[in-house]
Amino acid sequence: MSLRIGIDVGGTNTDAVLMDDLKVVSKIKTPTTADVTTGITNGLKFVLESSGTATSAVNGVMIGTTHFTNAVVERRRLQKTAAVRLGLPATAALPPMVDWPQDLADTIGGNNYLCHGGHEFDGRPISALRPDEIKAVAEDLNAKGITAVAVSSVFSPVNTDLENEVAAMLREWVPGVSVTPSHEIGRIGLLERENAAILNACLRQLAAETVAAFRKAISDMGITAPLYLTQNDGTLMSAEFAEQYPVLTFASGPTNSMRGAAFLSGLKDAMVVDVGGTTSDVGALTHGFPREASVAVDIGGVRTNFRMPDVFSFGLGGGSLVKEDPLRIGPQSVGFRITQEALVFGGNTLTTTDIAVAAGVAEIGDPSRVAHLDKALVAAAMARIQEMSEAAVDRMKTSAEPVPVIVVGGGSVLIAKPLAGASEMVKPNHYEAANAVGAAIAQISGEVDRVYSLAGMSRDAALDDAKSEASQKAVEAGADPSTVQIVDVEDVPLAYLPGNATRIRVKAVGDLTLVGR
Amino acid sequence: MSMTLHIEDLPDLARGAAFLGSGGGGNPYIGRLMVERAMRETGRPLELLDLEELPDDAFVITTAMMGAPTCIVEKLPEGMEAAHSLRRLEEHLGRKATATMPIEAGGVNSMIPLVVGMRLGLPVVDGDGMGRAFPELYHETFHIYGVSGTPMVITNDHGDQTLLDTHDNYMMEWLSRGIAIRMGGVAYIAEYPMDGATAKRVSVSGTIGMGLRIGRAIREAREQHLDPFDHLIRSMEGTSYSPARVIFTGKLIEVFRRTKDGFALGTVKIQELGGPRVMTIDFQNENLIAMVDDEVLAVVPNLINILDAETAEPITTEELRYGQRVKVMVVSVPPIMRTPEAIAVWGPRTFGYDVDFEPLT
Repeated sequence: MSLRIGIDVGGTNTDAVLMDDLKVVSKIKTPTTADVTTGITNGLKFVLESSGTATSAVNGVMIGTTHFTNAVVERRRLQKTAAVRLGLPATAALPPMVDWPQDLADTIGGNNYLCHGGHEFDGRPISALRPDEIKAVAEDLNAKGITAVAVSSVFSPVNTDLENEVAAMLREWVPGVSVTPSHEIGRIGLLERENAAILNACLRQLAAETVAAFRKAISDMGITAPLYLTQNDGTLMSAEFAEQYPVLTFASGPTNSMRGAAFLSGLKDAMVVDVGGTTSDVGALTHGFPREASVAVDIGGVRTNFRMPDVFSFGLGGGSLVKEDPLRIGPQSVGFRITQEALVFGGNTLTTTDIAVAAGVAEIGDPSRVAHLDKALVAAAMARIQEMSEAAVDRMKTSAEPVPVIVVGGGSVLIAKPLAGASEMVKPNHYEAANAVGAAIAQISGEVDRVYSLAGMSRDAALDDAKSEASQKAVEAGADPSTVQIVDVEDVPLAYLPGNATRIRVKAVGDLTLVGR
Repeated sequence: MSMTLHIEDLPDLARGAAFLGSGGGGNPYIGRLMVERAMRETGRPLELLDLEELPDDAFVITTAMMGAPTCIVEKLPEGMEAAHSLRRLEEHLGRKATATMPIEAGGVNSMIPLVVGMRLGLPVVDGDGMGRAFPELYHETFHIYGVSGTPMVITNDHGDQTLLDTHDNYMMEWLSRGIAIRMGGVAYIAEYPMDGATAKRVSVSGTIGMGLRIGRAIREAREQHLDPFDHLIRSMEGTSYSPARVIFTGKLIEVFRRTKDGFALGTVKIQELGGPRVMTIDFQNENLIAMVDDEVLAVVPNLINILDAETAEPITTEELRYGQRVKVMVVSVPPIMRTPEAIAVWGPRTFGYDVDFEPLT
C-alpha cells in the first residue's frame, strides 16, 4: 500500500489530493498564497486531518508548480548566467541569446563564450576541444563572479561527451558553479536547445530556494517521505533533480490535468478538455500521455524546443463574461473573483456559470438570482459554449474518427451535452482535482533523441540501442524495472541526406518505486 | 529602380519567402537572424538592384546553402561560408562579382545572398533562378536557358573548399550533394556565374520584392482587420505572379508522409467545408499537384499554397496537421517559368504525373 499526496500550485488555486494507491481519499482546493508554501501547508493539513492520516504513513509528496515559468515571464529572481558554446568555427554567425528579448538578456547579463568543439550529424568532431579556451572562460567567470553556466555543443544529442567534459572542467575551475549541459534538456535545434539550457541555468538558484521551501513545508508537517516535482512530460523528478532542472517544470500544469484525466477515467487514448476559471485547455492523450508539441515553444519571448504538451487554449471558463447583442462569451473573465461577482453569488456580472445554473445543468450559489434570465439567451449561450468546445476538440484531434472526450476542471459544469465528434463523453469522479491527481500518480521516464548515422548500423540496431538506453535512463531515475515500457518511438529519416542518417526519439516510462510503510 | 532593404522588412520577407516556398524551401528563420545581425552590426540597409537595370557587363555570382534542414538548425554557420565561396569563384575566374543573387526565392535561400551582400558590401539582384522553391540545383531558369552552373565553389564552416567543373548541371547536382554530406550535411555555395546580359535573359525578375510584397500584405491584413485573402490577391494583381485565386476551403483530414532518397514525400487530404468534395495535394518537399477526384486544379510550377483559413499565413509541409482549417491558393508563376523548355525541367511529368501543365487564366 502506498499513500501519496499530489499538489498542483496554479496561479489562482492550489489543489491537493491524498491518494491511497489508486483511490482518492481526500481533496481540497485552496487559494494560492503569495509565498506559495502557506497554500501548500494549508492543503497538506486539510487532506491529512480530514482523512485522519498520520504524517508518518505518507510515502511520497508530488508537487506541480508554475513558479519557475512565472519567474521567467516576469523577469524576477533570475541569476546572472553565462552561455558557453562549443562549435567553432561553425555557429559564430549566431552567438548565444541572439534571438532573445533584450530585457531578458540584460537581466541575466548576456555573457557568452564561443569555443572550439562540437560534432557533425554523423558523430565526427567539428574541431578538437581546447582546454586552454575553457580555462580562460573559467578565469573570466571568476573575475565577473558568475556561477551559473549553460554549456551547449553542436549535435550534443548525437554525442554528449564534450558538454560533459567542459562541465567537469568548469566545476573544477569555478568555485560554486552550477552547470547545465544542453543535451540534458533539449533536442536537435541548437538555438532552441541552448535557450532552454540558459533559462534552466538562470533558474537554478531560485530552484534551490523554492525546493528548500517545499521541503520545509513538508517537514514542518512532520512528513519524512520523499518530495518529487512534476515535469512537463507528465513524469516525476526527484527534488534533487528539480533543483538542477527547474526548466522541466514549465507547462506541467496542463500535463498534470491530462494525466489525471486519463487516470480518473481509465482511458489512455482520448481528448481532454480542462475547463478552468478563465480559459480551457484541450489536448490529446496517446498511451496515457499528452501529445507533445512539434514546433518551437515560446516562453517569456524565448524560443525553446524541449518537451511540452501540445495544448490549445481558448477563452472559455467558469468565470467567462457573457455579453448580449451580439452574444459574446469570453475571453474576459471575472477569474477568482467569481464568488463575489457572478449573479448566483449575489454579484452583478453575467458569467457562464450563471448561464449553466439558469439552464439547470449546475447547482452553484443561489439559482433564484438567475431565474429572471431570458430563456432564449440561456439556450443560445449554452449552444455557443458547446460550439466553442467542439471546435477546439476538433482542432486538436489527430484523425476524423470519433474519439472519447474526458472533461475535467472546476469549470467543466459548463459542458452539459456530449460533444460532436466524441464517441463518448466522460466526466470522471474527482474531475475538479484532476491536476493534483495527475501529480500524485505521475510516473518516471527516460528519453533518447539522437541522430544515428546508418552507414555502419542497421535501422533495427539503432532502434534497439535507443530503446535500451531510454529504459536504462528511466530505471536510473527511480522506475521499477519490471514496469518500464517503451511508450513512444519516432524514427525520422533526414531529408536531403540519402539513406544514411535517421533521427530516433524513444521514451520509456515506469512506475515510481515507493517503499511501502 | 533600385530599392533598399531594411531590418524592419525582414519578418515580412521571411513570411513572403515561405509563401514562395510553396510548402517547402526550409524555414527562413536562421537566415533572417543572420541578415538582422549583419544589419545591426553595420548599421546599413542592403541595396537591391533591379534585374532590368543591370548593366550588360555586370558580373553576377549566385549564392546559396544546400543541405538538410535538420543540419542547418543544429550546425549553425560560421557566417562567411557563402561569401568565401563567392570570393574563391572570383579568384578562379579572375573576375570580380559586381553583385550576388539568390538561386531560390522560396524558403531559407531567400536570405543567404542577403547575408553575402551585407558582409561583402555587394548589392543583391532582385531576382532568382526558381521563382519559388525546388529541390535540386538544376531546377533553375539559369540551367533551363543554357547557363552552366559550374565552375562552382562549395565551402564549409572551416573554410574547406571544393571547386567543381562538370560537363553538365545534373552532374553538378550529383557531386555537390555528396560533398555537402561529407561537409556535415550542410554547405554554402557560389555557382551559375554570369554577366549582366545573361542574367537579364535567364532570371526570374523581382522575386525578392515579390516576397516582401506578399509578406507585407498578410501582415497588413492582420493589423487592419482586412480579409487576408482578398488583400493578398489584390497585392499580387498586375505583377508577374497573377492571377492568384483560392481554389478550395476546408479542413485537413489526413496527412500521409514518407521519405524516399532523402526527399520528404507525402499526400494531404482536405475536406470541403459544408460540401462533399475532398482535395488531395501531393508534395515532394514542395506542393506539386492539387486534385479533386480526377480533376487537376493546380500543378507545378504554379505555386500551390496551403494557408491558414483565418490569417492566410503559409503552412509548410512539415507543419501540416489534422484539423487545420485551410484555404488552398494557386498562383500563376511568371512566363519565363512556364515555357516549354521550363516545363521540360520542372513540369508535372518530371515529378511522375501523367498530366500536362495548363496555364492559369
